[in-house]
Amino acid sequence: MSILNLTAVELGKKIKAGEVTVVEATKAALAQIQALEPTLNSYVTVDAEGAMKRAEEVQKRIDDGTLTGPLAGVPVAIKDNMCTEGMLTTCSSRILYNFKPTYTAEAVLNLEKAGAVILGKTNMDEFAMGSTTETSAFGETRNPWNPEHVPGGSSGGSCAAVAANECFYALGSDTGGSIRQPSSFCGVTGIKPTYGTVSRYGLIAYGSSLDQIGPIAKDVTDCAAILEVIASYDKKDSTSVKREDLDFTSALVDDVKGMRIGIPRDYFGEGLDPEVKKAVLQAAEVLREKGAIVEEFDLSLVEYAIPAYYVIASAEASSNLSRFDGVKYGYRTKEYEGLHNMYKKSRSEGFGAEVKRRIMLGSFVLSSGYYDAYYLKALRTKALIKKAFDQAFEKYDVILGPAAPSTAPKLGASLSDPLQMYLGDIYTISVNLAGLPGMTVPCGKDSKGLPIGLQLIGDCFQEKKIIRAGYAYECSRSYETPELAVKAAEQEGR
Amino acid sequence: MSKQYETVIGLEVHVELATKTKIFCGCSTAFGGAPNTHTCPVCTGMPGSLPVLNKQVVEYALAVGLATNCSINQYCKFDRKNYFYPDNPQNYQISQLYLPICHDGWVEIETAGGKKKIGIHEIHMEEDAGKLVHDEWEDCSLVDYNRSGVPLIEIVSEPDMRSADEVIAYLEKLRLIIQYLGASDCKLQEGSMRADVNLSVREVGAPAFGTRTEMKNLNSFKAIARAIEGERARQIELLEDGKNVIQETRRWDDNKEASHAMRSKEDAQDYRYFPDPDLVPVMISDEWIARVKASQPELRTEKLERYQKEFGLPQYDAEILTGSKHLADIFEQTTAVCGKPKEVSNWLMTDAMRLLKEQEQEPEDMHFSPEHLAKLVELVDKNVINRTVARTVFEEIFRHDVEPEAYVEEKGLKVVKDEGALKTKIEEIIAANPQSVADFKAGKEKAMGFLVGQTMRAMKGKADPAVVNTLVRELLSR
Repeated sequence: MSILNLTAVELGKKIKAGEVTVVEATKAALAQIQALEPTLNSYVTVDAEGAMKRAEEVQKRIDDGTLTGPLAGVPVAIKDNMCTEGMLTTCSSRILYNFKPTYTAEAVLNLEKAGAVILGKTNMDEFAMGSTTETSAFGETRNPWNPEHVPGGSSGGSCAAVAANECFYALGSDTGGSIRQPSSFCGVTGIKPTYGTVSRYGLIAYGSSLDQIGPIAKDVTDCAAILEVIASYDKKDSTSVKREDLDFTSALVDDVKGMRIGIPRDYFGEGLDPEVKKAVLQAAEVLREKGAIVEEFDLSLVEYAIPAYYVIASAEASSNLSRFDGVKYGYRTKEYEGLHNMYKKSRSEGFGAEVKRRIMLGSFVLSSGYYDAYYLKALRTKALIKKAFDQAFEKYDVILGPAAPSTAPKLGASLSDPLQMYLGDIYTISVNLAGLPGMTVPCGKDSKGLPIGLQLIGDCFQEKKIIRAGYAYECSRSYETPELAVKAAEQEGR
Repeated sequence: MSKQYETVIGLEVHVELATKTKIFCGCSTAFGGAPNTHTCPVCTGMPGSLPVLNKQVVEYALAVGLATNCSINQYCKFDRKNYFYPDNPQNYQISQLYLPICHDGWVEIETAGGKKKIGIHEIHMEEDAGKLVHDEWEDCSLVDYNRSGVPLIEIVSEPDMRSADEVIAYLEKLRLIIQYLGASDCKLQEGSMRADVNLSVREVGAPAFGTRTEMKNLNSFKAIARAIEGERARQIELLEDGKNVIQETRRWDDNKEASHAMRSKEDAQDYRYFPDPDLVPVMISDEWIARVKASQPELRTEKLERYQKEFGLPQYDAEILTGSKHLADIFEQTTAVCGKPKEVSNWLMTDAMRLLKEQEQEPEDMHFSPEHLAKLVELVDKNVINRTVARTVFEEIFRHDVEPEAYVEEKGLKVVKDEGALKTKIEEIIAANPQSVADFKAGKEKAMGFLVGQTMRAMKGKADPAVVNTLVRELLSR
């Protein structure tokens, strides 16, 4: 079996046992990247040289016993909206086409301390705005299960890279579903932790009150192990939470007896693909057979989540993205007359259409005379949605539903109709508004052979419950690698 | 002019707080430093950086609010004020709009017209911007972010002032309170205290306010007073001509003693304020308020009383000395070494004040060591130097902070006590001025004063004038 088929934790074990070297694992991933990038375009930046150098260093520190963690030596890919000192960090935007940060994001630092080897930076929707990874200024990423289809977004590059064995695991970020939806489309596992669990320091903000970094990997075990490493209380992030319960791997137990699982009827109504519905309900059945108590309930307010989200996220984004102005770093227009014209041209040329749409939307809802009607109302809606979840979690340990209404659409099918694209976030968005942890676990494929994802939602700080449910479900099935990735590895003789 | 007008003034006062580090990062707030050396990813607005509130800023804002009789918002928040300008690295300023830390306070001022309360609408915390430097040679602009993120409070008054006198009294009052709290040094010239004047005029007795303008770039009390007079006259002239005052921001040019419009209300920006999602609300507990109240240092009123009781100073002295926290500190530190409060007070009130006036400086600009002044007081007291010499030594202390004992030694300024040498000198002078001697003998006392003066000059001022007086009389009467 190829090294590439190993999960991150399995590879970590083999490295520790001396069965595989860090250099071998890094080389294998880099070769896979080389073979598949022309087709997939999962990465914006591949740092082959840096990764090989780092692999040797990490190997030494494993050999001398200073690095002992489960992820030591395991190559990783980082979404391109997390700062990496000296390495291009573009947010897949022209406006940051040449930006090399002077510091590294806290979550990435935590990985480095644990001995991670960074392969490169993955493609995404520009500034994480989009659900397909087609809004990237550096070309779209394609779905490894069928390159005619999108990988989802905005962490599409990270999810595609994991699915295609172009890395052993990846970091993504999730503002409205950007980890969970592409995980679903690419057949991988991803967790969006409780808001405040992973430091946002160094994550280039989209919607600050909703953004959260999380792991993307082949299985629940990996995700729990990665989350254990990246989660930390960080004084540099005022919204960081001091938690004593970060031992997520302790929840990897195949036992859901007596676990109360709620299925919101609202998530199974109009607009849901019947094949997705069937697969998700079958997954619920598996958990019921394992002893969970599964029942349907009404969550309510689901239809208000999308408008509330687009008002809040766009408002914050309009302000967060104002620092990209051509003055200090990044893209500056070639010719201009005076400061105002420089701002205008740099930003007009530097940002893509979807980003501009959200900046305009956000500026509008914050402008004087509209603030109360839009922004304040959206905040009140957000509070009501949180309340609805609070009530649900009085009765249930975990909420189960689909991660997305459909499987991955074809390239080009979504961007022509942004409203339709926004509706695709319906099952993931309210989780961000309420600050809850959510996870996607693969639960089958549709008739076109595209993956379907199951979403498990927990109450705040209850990651362990969804990890336990996800792990129990996962134990009933086996992980699948897309044909394209298997073939690439075989051709290379790896 | 047939109509009588009333001036209505409200003030927005920005005060730079005396914290060691910036409001949202650990960078130094120290003045100077090569451009962009007191910076980090946070205060240069680098992507992905996040602000973390400096607790000391809240403490100072709270202290100022409590000392100005404000109500405290125990749940307060920071908001983003969005506008594009290169001195503002994020293109938004973190400030407070919806829930400022303090509101509805007042201070009492006293002018020739009597005592009056001036209302404080609110006090909020915010960050300062960087500085633009225009390079004429290269024809480009550069940005220095050393000041970016320095903590400020903005104190917004009610439109309660009616004259320049009241405005100056209000500013003096605020400055004293804040200096005494140690929250800022409040130097107008250096910009650690800045005031924008909102002014309108109306006919006496009119129920509604007139249209106001906001005046910026006021760097001294004098400039503020001139700007108020200038703007009042300008508005009245407009009204008398049947024109309207336009609501606008104006910039005062103190050299020209005139202002010009910067921007009108029509092109006022929409700042799109909203709560900063990167910062959590500030919760101020009753205990915290109690602690700040308890640790409040002696304020001016208390000091004024104590100086009269403890040091036996006249009220006039106590008022001048406590009129500046820095001056009061020098006074206390000096008397702590040498005692003699009235003597120390005299040096500060007469000589120090005269020198400050000559150099157009504020008491805050005095940088000499109190130990040196104390030593000077001792030297005079022990009659090591006379008063005339002492005044020149004081100037040296004031200007260069010299150690007086060493200075007196080095320059040979000690009082000459050798009577023999003095007598010889006086005899020479008597011999050289026969006319004065004759005048004295003819009963002209003035002539003796001349001879004493000649002697003092010949001794280069180092003689004890009393001794010289006695000796001259004695030798003349022989």
